[in-house]
Amino acid sequence: MMQPGLYHILFISAALFFIGVYGFLTRRNLITMLMSIELILNSVNLNFIAFNKYLWPGKLDGLFFTLFIIAIAAAEAAVAIAIIINLYRSHQSIDVENAEDLKY
Amino acid sequence: MNEFFTLMKSELLVTAIIFLLLFIKIGKGMKNESLLSLVQVLLLLNFIAGFFFNKTGNLFGDMFYTTPLIAFQKNILSLAVYLISLLCSDWLKKTGHLPEFFMLMLSALLGMFLMISSSNLLIFYLSLELATIPVAAMANFDLEKKRSSEGAMKMILSSAFSSGILLFGISLLYGTTGTISFPEITAQLDGSSVQILAFIFLVTAFAFKLSIVPFHLWTADVYEGSPMAVTSFLSVVSKGSVAFIFITVLYKMFQPMQDMWYTLLVILAIATMLIGNLFALRQQNIKRFLAFSSIAQVGFILVGISSNDYMGIAAVVYFVLIYVFSNLAAFGVAAVIAEHTGKENIDDYKGLYKTNPFLSWILALALFSLAGVPPTAGFFGKLFLLTAGGAKAAYWFILVAALNMIISLYYYLRVVRAMFMDKNDNPMEPIKVSPVVKLALVICGAGIIMIGLLSWIFEYIKSLH
Repeated sequence: MMQPGLYHILFISAALFFIGVYGFLTRRNLITMLMSIELILNSVNLNFIAFNKYLWPGKLDGLFFTLFIIAIAAAEAAVAIAIIINLYRSHQSIDVENAEDLKY
Repeated sequence: MNEFFTLMKSELLVTAIIFLLLFIKIGKGMKNESLLSLVQVLLLLNFIAGFFFNKTGNLFGDMFYTTPLIAFQKNILSLAVYLISLLCSDWLKKTGHLPEFFMLMLSALLGMFLMISSSNLLIFYLSLELATIPVAAMANFDLEKKRSSEGAMKMILSSAFSSGILLFGISLLYGTTGTISFPEITAQLDGSSVQILAFIFLVTAFAFKLSIVPFHLWTADVYEGSPMAVTSFLSVVSKGSVAFIFITVLYKMFQPMQDMWYTLLVILAIATMLIGNLFALRQQNIKRFLAFSSIAQVGFILVGISSNDYMGIAAVVYFVLIYVFSNLAAFGVAAVIAEHTGKENIDDYKGLYKTNPFLSWILALALFSLAGVPPTAGFFGKLFLLTAGGAKAAYWFILVAALNMIISLYYYLRVVRAMFMDKNDNPMEPIKVSPVVKLALVICGAGIIMIGLLSWIFEYIKSLH
């Protein structure tokens, strides 16, 4: 059986990143947009772990970076969801097309 | 141990104020008026303390470093926060959650301090998030207003997206160099295509935070939706701190790639100045107008950054100092008028001079300074930025920047004309400006005039190198 190497993992993380970007730009539901951002952040985590394991196994920089990213992503999601809940109270919808008071 | 306290003094002071507010909040609480005066005094002390014991040194295994120049940059930001707390005191007194507001604002300030001092990508990322997440929460502070939550939504989504892009760039940089410390990365840069990709990702993230064209679209919406205190914080303190760290990243970390980023900066600067100016021409809302004008000002900052020598750093720091005074004066007047009359359109400013001469003079002074008309400090700020940008002898670039200043004169003077010359049958009622706000506006006005006339300020910034 073939062992997965660095390139396999990098391929997956790059794919995840661009799926996240695509989702962020095309989805109209705020929660889905938030999920797309989480995809981007997780692709970064994969990148860090893979680089740390395959290229720079001596130090733990990448591993620590990943731990911090997970923590910050949770904080960011908490604030974003609080804002979305407040937006839902005033707009009765979490579709970005309905949040259109501010334009041009 | 002693070194720890002197080097981290500004961060520790801000942290102490945050904790004090936290204890007041969970304790018995205080009346808004007395709490506001307490916070104002503390912020003033914080600003004054920034002038003493500024040493060079690093901490935490080179993750954090500080120099007298960085201490001066932090001091500019403290000054801006102090002025905002004075200028928006009418609005702040009314808000129901004053301690929380200042806790969020000072957390963001703490993040910016750490960001300016960071010398490692990990601490840079953490402090960048600390500097943006509280601001998004602050943007939503007018909880019952639809526009406020819409602005906050746009802010948090775009900043989360941009930090995702930043992180992807950092991960590629880590993969190719094996380190996350700025000096070690510089030693490892060899210009391979993966590193160029990482560089583009990083610059994109900075462009989002600085609202450089083509990543400026969130700016005007967030500025218009947020409460005035938050808008001025965003436009002055956020912009200034990101500009400072952008300089560090370009000049220190990406120094080996300087030919590449010079071209990039020229393109971005021209696009930013031109598009910011052209959009500012057609704005009716004063907040949106100031938002696009701040985008155009960022374009001028980029002209200064492109010089790649110490003159560029000094010019940007000096310009940000002037920008603090002139932009806060403009936002302060707009905040007073919006708070008392609820009017935010430029057409409502017609005939303002008849009824409110003091506010009109301060706003006119601020707009002249933003436009760069000679007796005010804004002229000298722009002059030094363009001089620094001319270091590479690309004079057509300086010419484009100068032509943009002429375009910007049109829309700044449009507001001045509305205030002083346009006839209006029912102008605004005379507004009674409270003494604290008046004091802050006078400080801003004095700053706009004096900083340009006192040449030792620029010499002092240059000597900090």
